[in-house]
Amino acid sequence: MQELQNILDDALKTFAATDDAAMLENAKARYLGKEGSLTALLKGLGKLSAEERPAAGAHINKVKQQIETALQARRDAIQQQALQQKLAAESLDVTLPGRGMGSGGLHPVTRTLERIEQLFHSLGFAIASGPEIERDFYNFTALNIPENHPARAMHDTFYIDPQHVLRTHTSPVQVRYMEVHQPPLKIISSGRVYRVDSDATHSPMFHQVEGLWVDEEISFANLKGVVQDFLQHFFEQDDLQVRFRPSFFPFTEPSAEMDMSWKGGWLEIGGCGMVHPNVLQHVNIDSEKYLGFAFGLGVERLAMLRYGVNDLRQFYESDLRFLKQFN
Amino acid sequence: MKFSENWLRTWVNPALSSDELAHVLTMAGLEVEALEAVAPAFNSVVVAEVLEVVKHPNADRLNVCQVNVGEASPLTIVCGASNVAVGVKVPCARIGAVLPPNSDNEKGFVIKQAKVRSVESFGMLCSDKELGLAEESGGLWLLPTDAPVGKSLREYLELDDKLFTLKLTPNRSDCSGMVGIAREVAALTGSKLKPLDIQVQPVMLSEQLPVQVADTQACPLYCGRLVRDVNAAAATPTWLLRRLERSGLRSISAVVDITNYVMLEMGQPLHAFDAAQLSGGITVRRARKSEGLTLLNEQQVVLDEDVLVIADDDRALALAGIMGGQGSGVETTTRDVFLESAFFHPDAIVGKARRFGLATDSSFRFERGVDFAATRQALERATQLLLEICGGKAGTISEVRGQMPKRVAIALRRSRVTRVLGIALDNKQIADLFTRLQFEFIADGDDYRVTPPSFRFDLSIEADLIEELARLHSYDNIPALAPRAELTMLPYSELHRPLTRIQQILVTRDYQEIVSYAFVEEQVERELCGNENPVALQNPIASNLAVMRSSLIGGLVGALRFNLNRKQARVRLFEVGACFAKNNNEYVQTQRLSGLAYGETQAEQWGVATKPVDFYDVKADVEAIFAPQGLRFVAAVHPALHPGRSAQIYCGEQMIGWIGELHPHWQQQYDMAQACVWFEVELSALTQAKVPRISEIAKFLPVRRDLAIVVDEAVTVQALLEAMQQASAPYVVEIALFDLYRGKGVEQGKKSLAFRVLLQDTHKTLTDSEIEPSIAQLVAVLKKRGAQLRM
Repeated sequence: MQELQNILDDALKTFAATDDAAMLENAKARYLGKEGSLTALLKGLGKLSAEERPAAGAHINKVKQQIETALQARRDAIQQQALQQKLAAESLDVTLPGRGMGSGGLHPVTRTLERIEQLFHSLGFAIASGPEIERDFYNFTALNIPENHPARAMHDTFYIDPQHVLRTHTSPVQVRYMEVHQPPLKIISSGRVYRVDSDATHSPMFHQVEGLWVDEEISFANLKGVVQDFLQHFFEQDDLQVRFRPSFFPFTEPSAEMDMSWKGGWLEIGGCGMVHPNVLQHVNIDSEKYLGFAFGLGVERLAMLRYGVNDLRQFYESDLRFLKQFN
Repeated sequence: MKFSENWLRTWVNPALSSDELAHVLTMAGLEVEALEAVAPAFNSVVVAEVLEVVKHPNADRLNVCQVNVGEASPLTIVCGASNVAVGVKVPCARIGAVLPPNSDNEKGFVIKQAKVRSVESFGMLCSDKELGLAEESGGLWLLPTDAPVGKSLREYLELDDKLFTLKLTPNRSDCSGMVGIAREVAALTGSKLKPLDIQVQPVMLSEQLPVQVADTQACPLYCGRLVRDVNAAAATPTWLLRRLERSGLRSISAVVDITNYVMLEMGQPLHAFDAAQLSGGITVRRARKSEGLTLLNEQQVVLDEDVLVIADDDRALALAGIMGGQGSGVETTTRDVFLESAFFHPDAIVGKARRFGLATDSSFRFERGVDFAATRQALERATQLLLEICGGKAGTISEVRGQMPKRVAIALRRSRVTRVLGIALDNKQIADLFTRLQFEFIADGDDYRVTPPSFRFDLSIEADLIEELARLHSYDNIPALAPRAELTMLPYSELHRPLTRIQQILVTRDYQEIVSYAFVEEQVERELCGNENPVALQNPIASNLAVMRSSLIGGLVGALRFNLNRKQARVRLFEVGACFAKNNNEYVQTQRLSGLAYGETQAEQWGVATKPVDFYDVKADVEAIFAPQGLRFVAAVHPALHPGRSAQIYCGEQMIGWIGELHPHWQQQYDMAQACVWFEVELSALTQAKVPRISEIAKFLPVRRDLAIVVDEAVTVQALLEAMQQASAPYVVEIALFDLYRGKGVEQGKKSLAFRVLLQDTHKTLTDSEIEPSIAQLVAVLKKRGAQLRM
């Protein structure tokens, strides 16, 4: 019996002292292997009498079980330890920067246009577009600006040839759209427009967005409502004030300039009015039945106010140090 | 239109401050562009006369003056100005005067009694600069000899006045005269309008110059008269001069000043001829073909038959309504004057001044419209002033009257007013507004017939009247209301990919969007696009912005260079915009998307090997924006690109763009350390999309076979892929290149390629015997193109 206890004590001691999986298996052999001490005892059972054998066998098996349990526990511990070591060795500096491709960004004018289009889209405005080299007819005549009209002088037009200009505004799109669509209609159209003018507040190329709503009951009060609603949403300022001032555009009557409250003063942001009956007649829309409003907004002006840009020219310089601030 | 507020207030004087008045005008559509004081604030400055000038005992450059400021005893004032002299009249700042800031003295200062080098000084004699009235000055401000000694300078020179500058819209020519502005202010404020007192001048000569009007449509009314024995050298009175100057007009001579004054006052341009220079009578006629005329500004113009002139029996004297000619105008030696006041129809004048590069005060008014009911009155007014100022005897007025413009009554329905404006005005309001505007009208219940006055040229339809009502009622009094309309859904086609989604792909792939000018330098078009015939502007703003771009490459390369010059090492840009070309008198405008990449493929970072961006990196970007559409790339030569590293991009059968490395020649010329890779594609090809149609997913796994071959360098991968695909070998569902190798083990001039072939059947697992014929078919196709199988 003592011998059995000694084997158990020895095995437990040996296992506990072993840190390595292979050595543990070697150690196991010393007790449970073919030549192992416990195996030898089991083999010795045959020499015992039939009466002694069950009790002795039970003893040995119990010790064997204890050894095997200890062995398994030690195996698990060693494995666990190895895993811990591996994990510890594998730990990262999670503060190192992420790797890979960076990302670019959209131009502030595009960003602004997207906002404008989204806001009007939410009111059901469709998007229309037109050419930048425009026929004199669409840029002027169809908009009730006959040849030599003093209003043409307001436009500082780039000419390509006597019949073609670089469009001075997005308003020709109104005419082109109404030529092929019948009311009710509501569109916005944005894009590049051109004027012979260049300084810190004027660029020979800039962007406008044009809005047009023609329906049976559309009034000047609605024009005010839509523009004010838009500006309040665009600037995310519920208390933003919009002021309409009488003005003159040959293609609207009544006409107005739109001013927006800004830092205690008023800033001009575009022109608008009720579509002139002559313009509707040009496109065979019954101006008795239908009324409409149209407005044109300066996109850069809106972007400048929204993002705090002071110099218009920055939009066209393509300076990455400027552009990346919008990413 | 610029004018003095004091002058306006002699006509109509509402109880409003200058700022309030400016606001009222602006909100009525007469935008006040500028409102400035005639003089900065200062006080206690009076007209003084220098009585005695004595050298300062202790300073060479100073004088001790005795100055009369209108008090019992003169003041002793030390003065350093070199132009001080006995008898001059100058402004004197009394003790306690506060002077305004000027360029030498930013804060302004207060005059105190002070010792100047031990002599007591009791004030300061001033220059115009010291009073803030000039930028530079040459010493004391010498006032006219008749200036009243002791009088406040501000009062004497009417310096407590403000200048209004109106930004007149083309429809409001009636406000290009004080009478019109005053009428408008009266209408807006309800203040009483003082009428201009014009008396018919006594005729002292029966003499009349014969006047003929050959084109009475262009000139429906012509009035003229001789005034003999005038003193054209007379001085223009100060009050008149001041009003002219405050309207921004220079004084020329008394007679011209008078005509200009009446123009400012009544909006009616006038012209004065020297009667001695006229041969025979006056004729208003169309110019003869190629008739010449030298204008007052010495410009020589050659006329056409559509230009109206004022002529005598021999020659054209003046461009009617635009500018007088040389040799017939009034000089200071002129004795006899022929004064002209005419109504030229806007249609006859419009565009003509511009044709000769002119924009005169006269053409400005005539082409917009001048009050044809005041033509004769203006002549009387000018005569009155002429006789007052220059003396002389007025002759009988010659008047030729043709078909005057008609003022047709316009119908206005109250219901339409409500519909257009969105608010209801009652009949009382409408009548009141029209009355204030001096519009004649007949009311019949809710219907009106309104006759526009002779001074308004912008009223012809109902909408014009509605604008007038709204304007006077104030736009501010129209509420902002949300429209009420039927709700309808907008189309949203899946066959169209929105541009924003494509832009977003490039943004995700590290491209920055730019916007550049659509006009470029002609040289850029020629060199980078091989475009010898670009769409040119007739009036470019600068020579480097003279032609319309046919490609976006110029703007992108320019932007790249701009950023490289600012030490950016890695630049990836794109732009979306129209490109322009001329094709048989039609302008073709194509929206394109273009991009370029320069520098390393990825930003410098830890753990990533750097590699300059190359053709294939950018090709992947192009493929990404087109996915799932496949593209073909065909080697081709482009003037901007490296001839061996450039390709045309095909989408189906259509060539839709270019890709390539910038030609080393341009790289060198533009001082770029590395090559950049550029692409450009047509937007219409990019925004097309298909609605996906799902096919059954195969239940059986595909079998993979690899084909490794060696072929000549000249054989393109695309040619091999297309050949294999066209073979339509059974069960083949995918063929793709997965390896490319050159070098050891592969003969010079050849390359080793490895293709992955996936075979699949939807109904069974393929066996070798089914696969082999397909593979053999592909191998045969490859061998036909000179490929050897590699084992």
